[in-house]
Amino acid sequence: MNRRDLIKAFAAMAPLTVAGRVWAAPATDARLLVVFLRGAYDAANVVVPVSSDFYRTSRPTLGIAKPDVGNPNAALSLTADWGLHPALRDSIYPLWAKREIAFIPFAGTSDDVTRSHFETQDTIELGQAVSGSRDYRSGFMSRLATELTRVKPISFTEQLPLIFRGKSQVPNIGINSVGKPGVDDRQAALIKKMYAQSELASSVSEGFRVRDDVYKSISEEMNAANRGAVSPRGFELSARRIGRLMREQFNLGFVDVGGWDTHVNQGAATGYLADRLGELGRALAGFSEEIGPAGWRDTVVVVISEFGRTFRENGDRGTDHGHGSVYWVMGGGINGGRILGEQVKVEQANLFQNRDYPVLTDYRSMFAGLIQRMYGLDNPSIQRIFAGVHPAELGIV
Amino acid sequence: MLFRAHKGSGYQTTTSMMVDRIPFFRSLLHAVPALAAIFLGVAAAHAGELNPHDMVLLDRLTWGINPSSAAHLQAVGTERWLQEQLHPAANVGLPDVVKAQIEAMPDVHKFPFDIAVSFDQQAKSANQVADPDQRKAAQQVYQQAMNDRGRQAAARSILRALYAPDQLRERMTWFWFNHFNVHQYKANIRILVGDYEDRAIRPHALGKFRDLLLATLHHPAMLRYLDNADNAVGHFNENYAREIMELHTMGVGSGYTQADVEALARILTGVGIDVKPEDPKLKPELQSQLVREGAFEFNPARHDYGDKTFLGHTIKGRGLAEVDEAIDILVHHPATATHLARQIATYFVSDNPPQSLVQQMAQTFKATDGDIAAVLSTMVHAPEFNASLKPGTKFKDPVHYVFSAVRLAYDDKVILNTVPIQGWLNRLSEGLFNHDTPDGYAMTSASWSGPGQMMLRFEIARQIGSGSSGLFKPDVPNAVDQPAFPLIQNALYFNGLRQTLGPTTLAALDQAVSPQDWNTLFLSSPEFMR
Repeated sequence: MNRRDLIKAFAAMAPLTVAGRVWAAPATDARLLVVFLRGAYDAANVVVPVSSDFYRTSRPTLGIAKPDVGNPNAALSLTADWGLHPALRDSIYPLWAKREIAFIPFAGTSDDVTRSHFETQDTIELGQAVSGSRDYRSGFMSRLATELTRVKPISFTEQLPLIFRGKSQVPNIGINSVGKPGVDDRQAALIKKMYAQSELASSVSEGFRVRDDVYKSISEEMNAANRGAVSPRGFELSARRIGRLMREQFNLGFVDVGGWDTHVNQGAATGYLADRLGELGRALAGFSEEIGPAGWRDTVVVVISEFGRTFRENGDRGTDHGHGSVYWVMGGGINGGRILGEQVKVEQANLFQNRDYPVLTDYRSMFAGLIQRMYGLDNPSIQRIFAGVHPAELGIV
Repeated sequence: MLFRAHKGSGYQTTTSMMVDRIPFFRSLLHAVPALAAIFLGVAAAHAGELNPHDMVLLDRLTWGINPSSAAHLQAVGTERWLQEQLHPAANVGLPDVVKAQIEAMPDVHKFPFDIAVSFDQQAKSANQVADPDQRKAAQQVYQQAMNDRGRQAAARSILRALYAPDQLRERMTWFWFNHFNVHQYKANIRILVGDYEDRAIRPHALGKFRDLLLATLHHPAMLRYLDNADNAVGHFNENYAREIMELHTMGVGSGYTQADVEALARILTGVGIDVKPEDPKLKPELQSQLVREGAFEFNPARHDYGDKTFLGHTIKGRGLAEVDEAIDILVHHPATATHLARQIATYFVSDNPPQSLVQQMAQTFKATDGDIAAVLSTMVHAPEFNASLKPGTKFKDPVHYVFSAVRLAYDDKVILNTVPIQGWLNRLSEGLFNHDTPDGYAMTSASWSGPGQMMLRFEIARQIGSGSSGLFKPDVPNAVDQPAFPLIQNALYFNGLRQTLGPTTLAALDQAVSPQDWNTLFLSSPEFMR
């Protein structure tokens, strides 16, 4: 492993590779959160190809105007070719200025063109080749967790998602439904005693510890809210709680948020999609606040979705299932403020099957490149996570 | 009455003064005649202590021991009980109150084909609404109606699991559903899943494996779930063909090749779904080949009539008969016998069942032409199985845990609402019809004993143990919550289960401050997890 490969923020970790496993430092460790936008978000209206005339003709009612400081509904300028949806003005756009976010257009599944939510979400979560037999008990974040030591993985979901299924025991917690535990301290103590001699003793005591820590962290926030603080809701609430938990206890997380399947009346600068985006932006900004400056420096957040949507709007002022998407990578220590990955001009000739963004950066090679750098994983390790994949050199971290 | 007996006794305030609480519970029974009558009635039916072997056997082969099933096993003896379970009559009666609940569900009085057709029409008309917002609303109504059908199917499944006397068949129904898994949230499978369980799985759960496999192959739920409805000559979809070999029959890595998968996919071309009233347009020479049974259709125009080489056999291209031939080859393949034997033994015996046991079961499978009851009979009579009948050997998966808790807590007092149970199973990540991938839920204990899972179990133990938790409030508007209370410290406990508890668990139970607390601790104990 080449130390120079590591970014500054992670350089202090001094990882030591033993037999393919990375022995990373605890506490101030690298943290990774994957955010899955289920339903296929309309990437072309979020990271807008502002220099494309074809974009405007393809989206007569949905199109976002070119950057214009006098127009609050115009895209926010990122580069000469790309702009950001105005609903992200106060949350995500400042991160771009601080070079703490990068976008990867034309990203997605190069070998899954089913355009089925169900199929393609599975494909991404498994991180295995589509052809040949699949192991449904082996999600790629689970395989990543197996390669790392001192890893504290958690899924912030009601059910354990495919992405975290596998050999390691990964806890899951529906972060918005955490309430005061029904089993009280006295019962907990009695239950722990019953299990003291059992092979499940550690599972049970670890369970109570995590449960109490999560509740403590969340009740602090509830107390703050009771003192008149504005109480966030929905995904913003989840993300802030996750920020707190990843600051203190967990370093490998997954969360999903639905509601992106905008076939009908999705709106443009304002409307349904703008509202969802506003919430997502506030959520991610809230996460970066809660995890704190030190935590944020060591954290990478990746925002993905199963596929993009049709480049042209449909007859219902919405968009249908497409192919290529735009992924987001955020973090206090990343090399952001850039549009990354292979790109083509956004015009009709470059559409995939004359309807969608093509996929030029495969999700597996993107993740492989990212985690290789973040954790200093060697090639055998990477191959155990993403078999047969060549890590993309995107220079994100 | 029962509810008030506890609530009204001032229990919470008086227990703190009690030194030895179990005699207190007993004296409570004597003090409240209705309670005492119930307990003593059960106790009188089997005055002696239950032997631990029978208690574990009951827990292992049913959805959980309870006073009435224990009394029955004791009355008829182990071997006769096993025969009853292995060879139940086709329709051993459900209790009348359970039947009435099931009869009240609209789907059970309609042909599944009619249901599929009417839902199909509802979807089409929803999609044709001109105004986009109204269309969205109509589509939501359609989705809600499908959700409702899925919940009804789950309710039927739960009622049967809790109260059917043919408990082993119910265990096997769950097992085979999981083996031939479909996911209710794909497409319109929510409206098909109840019929899939009731007509494709349960009737064959103890029968011939070949019949079971063919029943799943002919069911629209499976054909939709694994995409064979889209598999046609010229645009093959090998998804179902692969899973038949990898999951349903031979097992992964058992010797078939990609070429075999492709051959089976070609054999399965044209096997699909059709809910249109009119037959597909066919050339005259193909018309006699068309097969329609309900929503199932073999469409010869979509079939690849070329010859195929499958697992070393040449299969002459001739239509749906190729499927039967291929299924015969698969059912008789030695790998299938071993794979199925190991799956069944993993479910009932241990995470790593003894190889000798798996071999005996596989041998029976081959000798009886895939008779599932015969394979189970070999298993339950094998010394390896008997050796495994020690308390604490097999960790319950969440479904077994929740069902066994409710069975023990209420015995044959029939619950009026399964929605709380559906919720608990979903929270424990083992919801009915809810596994998204074709492999089904994991059957090994490590998948279900992690820290988060254990915490959820304790929370659910508290909910089940502390009161009726909505189980006796019918799922209808303005329903009245019927009084009920979980009675776990019953005659079965004093005459049997208590003897299976370790000293640390007994010590913890002795510190319970109320019946609610005692129930919570008992259902949380390491002994009840197994």
